[in-house]
Amino acid sequence: MSSMSLVRNEISERLAAVGYVADRDLATALWLMDLLKRPLLLEGEAGVGKTEVAKALAALHGAPLIRLQCYEGLDQNAALYEWNYQRQILAIKAHEGEKADLTEAQIFSEPYLLERPILAAIRAETRAILLVDEVDRADEEFEAFLLEVLSDFQVTIPELGTIAARSIPRVVLTSNGTREISDALRRRCLYHYVDFHDQDREVAIIRARHPGIEVALALQVARLLQAIRKEDLRKVPGVAETLDFAAALIGIGQNDLQQDPSAVHDLLMTLLKTHEDQARLTHEVVERLIAKVA
Amino acid sequence: MVLPALQAPSFDLGEPARLRFAAFVRSLRSNGFTIGLAESQDALRIFCAIEPTNKTVLVAALRALFASHRSDWEKFDAIFNAFWFAHGTKGTTRFEDRRQAPAQSRPPAGPEDGPPRSGAGERPERPDSAGDPASAEGGRDRQGGAAAQEALSKKDFRHILNQEELRRAYALADRLAAKMRTRLTRRDRAAKHGRRLDFRRVIHRSIARGGTPVDLVFRRRKTKPLRLVMLLDTSGSMSAYTPAFVRFMHGMLGSFKYASTFLFHTRLVDVTGAMTEKDPQRAIDRFSLMTEGVGGGTKIGESLATFNARYAARTIRSRTAVMIISDGYETGEPDMLAKEMSALRRRCRRIVWLNPMAGWQDYAPEAQGMKAALPFVDLFAPAHNLESLEALEPYLARV
Repeated sequence: MSSMSLVRNEISERLAAVGYVADRDLATALWLMDLLKRPLLLEGEAGVGKTEVAKALAALHGAPLIRLQCYEGLDQNAALYEWNYQRQILAIKAHEGEKADLTEAQIFSEPYLLERPILAAIRAETRAILLVDEVDRADEEFEAFLLEVLSDFQVTIPELGTIAARSIPRVVLTSNGTREISDALRRRCLYHYVDFHDQDREVAIIRARHPGIEVALALQVARLLQAIRKEDLRKVPGVAETLDFAAALIGIGQNDLQQDPSAVHDLLMTLLKTHEDQARLTHEVVERLIAKVA
Repeated sequence: MVLPALQAPSFDLGEPARLRFAAFVRSLRSNGFTIGLAESQDALRIFCAIEPTNKTVLVAALRALFASHRSDWEKFDAIFNAFWFAHGTKGTTRFEDRRQAPAQSRPPAGPEDGPPRSGAGERPERPDSAGDPASAEGGRDRQGGAAAQEALSKKDFRHILNQEELRRAYALADRLAAKMRTRLTRRDRAAKHGRRLDFRRVIHRSIARGGTPVDLVFRRRKTKPLRLVMLLDTSGSMSAYTPAFVRFMHGMLGSFKYASTFLFHTRLVDVTGAMTEKDPQRAIDRFSLMTEGVGGGTKIGESLATFNARYAARTIRSRTAVMIISDGYETGEPDMLAKEMSALRRRCRRIVWLNPMAGWQDYAPEAQGMKAALPFVDLFAPAHNLESLEALEPYLARV
């Protein structure tokens, strides 16, 4: 039993090695994915790094990452498979005069099949990471289809028959909560709520991604971001924005936020992505925030 | 990563612990968690895989398994601690010893939790009550004769006093809601014009033509059912109309596949859960507390701000109509109301504002709040009697 715990601890270490700073709860959830063979549903605000979890997981296992971006109107054709119509038309021309049913059998066969993410994931030689991104944007019908695939890991193509999984992918689903996803799908999944990182972890992330940054500056940036997120903003800056902001600071060679607050204000475009938010954080507000955190 | 091969759980907790664990799962269910048999079995596998004394890992693992919503996620630790450590025994999870511990008193399910769901079945769809209660009551109505019904439909809600009239008014509201939905569904079926070619079928059919796509097949654009969000003003000035509209909302909720309902006075309350109670009288009882004894005016702007911030993302999608039922007497800042209305306008497809006062003679929308909101409203209509509600039907069918 203790060896299992060790494996669980190893996940945190290996994630750190691939540049992802995970908290204990997330490491536990990732470990459970393998133990219980369940998909992991990640929920949280936009920008907290949900997609990054899947990328880190792929790096951790050295597995290919197959991404399925969901959108309203996503159907099975886009998610599962499609026929290569151009090739089919050419083949029909080439076989003109032959028996129609023979032609038909030929053009609806493996070489004419185009894999889409889900089919690619279950037909991969090695266990892939299947990232079903923003599953809440797809509609209810797709959710039901996804639930079926996630429990059986086999799909049926009418012209070809049933295709069983060559390997069972590790599945990560993300949701921004724009729509309630069904209880059945939720119940099938492990659940992890991704929150904005606390200050220490944000410092760790900045330092992991920008190894050259001074520790004091990384701390200032993390503190400033914590303060900015408390302001009443329409679009709260996420981790990606933090990293852009830190990169910009390094770029202009500023090692202390207090050194030139107006330059910092100019760099806020890396953090604030709407006009209203930019108008809200005036020079005075920024100076006040910097004075507080530096 | 190399994980030891995982077999079916061979780890036996022992009878008392199993019972205690089952009680824990029941306690979670009564707190709104959806946990089936498969989850309980997986929990046992977790027990096998980690040392039971390692509480932090155990909690994190069970939380990931049992939670399926953010709210579950946030309350799990408290429930876990209350259940297993109610006696202040901290640091260990001693299954066998805790047999005698009194079962944690379960808080009654909140109004939004619904009955505890168990077993492997999916959560049932919202009961589609369009057919049964409405048609049953409708049948009785027809016995009353068309003329009587017509008179009733013109009667101002304020003047419907006796119980029998009220009941029939409710039945009419139910039927009206059902009618709106049928209209919508029919419209969906009629939309057959394709925009995109269905290549798969075109290729199939072109084989016989030597590969020339002669017979074209189109893909029909699937139309989505209309979603409805209703916000009902239950402040003092609306009190004469509240029961009738609550009933109307209940009818709408039953017949729309996707509908959410909110009440507001000085603040906004999500009553969709309470409303899905099948028996309308019980539904009304369940949230009568929310509507009663409200003083201190109507803060429409603030209520809308709450809606925009907390509920809009979840309830509003592209084909969503927002229906606000209010007299527009705003005691907050009209500017705020205008700002929130404009934010709401950007999100949804149509805003319908129903104002009971608008049915009165010589009414002009002069209340400050009403004036501030009007520029953002697509349809401003009276709603003082059933006839005025019925007049809405063709409009909603077009949304």
